[in-house]
Amino acid sequence: MILRRITDWPTRVLPSPFEELENIRRQMDLLTEGLTRSILRETTAGVFPLMNITEDKNNYYIRAELPGLKADDIDISVTGDSLSISGERNLPVEEEKAQYHRREMEQGKFSRIVNLPSQVATGKAEASCSDGILTVVLPKAEASKPKQITVKTS
Amino acid sequence: MANPERKALQAKEKSELTSPAEQTRPGLVFTPAVDIYETDKDITLLADMPGVKPKALNIDLHENVLTLDGDVNPPEGADEVDVIREYSTGKYYRQFTLSQVIDQDKIDAELKDGILRLQLPKVEAATPKKITVKS
Repeated sequence: MILRRITDWPTRVLPSPFEELENIRRQMDLLTEGLTRSILRETTAGVFPLMNITEDKNNYYIRAELPGLKADDIDISVTGDSLSISGERNLPVEEEKAQYHRREMEQGKFSRIVNLPSQVATGKAEASCSDGILTVVLPKAEASKPKQITVKTS
Repeated sequence: MANPERKALQAKEKSELTSPAEQTRPGLVFTPAVDIYETDKDITLLADMPGVKPKALNIDLHENVLTLDGDVNPPEGADEVDVIREYSTGKYYRQFTLSQVIDQDKIDAELKDGILRLQLPKVEAATPKKITVKS
């Protein structure tokens, strides 16, 4: 608010320092909104394939979406605490006279290694691929399973 | 198309569908990536729909609009806790307008390994026929 004084000198009314701050805060919010909107979405490693890792008491479950790949096309290997997945995705070769309207599916090689939070029992790992979703079940090593400690009362 | 370059696959986030009509059940909706190509006899559509079982896929053709609608069950069990989550799961939905050229009774659909293959044969009248000119 600008008050015109008798001397014709425009000044601002007292509450204005905070108003100024309010304005600045609003501008900064507008600026950062553009940035934070994408950061708040899931952060990815940026490597194909994107994976979800979940765990329960006994196992780690690793899932990846690999449509069009059968079990034979995928190479999976597991060491003490990391899992490596690699392979190549090919689309069926179509006839030469085909004219493409849209081409959105991708093909090529992929290879990715993920570290697991703790050791796994490599001997008992299982992997299955159905409907284009690869699921790897890795049982946790005995040492990394949570163990209950009973508190003795004396 | 000759051999495409064998470069590494890039990770791509699934594209979410921002549709004006809301779903009746809450959840994310994605548009599947498709390849559409045309030969003399038919149009073939390939769509990436991982996690969709054949029973959960609805293909509907109504007034020349082809609708692909695939339901996905979240694969995680009830006790599982997330460690890393890089992609979300949700149903797939996409619509296409077909021209009159398709013989709508002979459409063939196959869903295998998460890829849908839709074969849309062209109507007889639309397949180009060579007319030989007699001299």
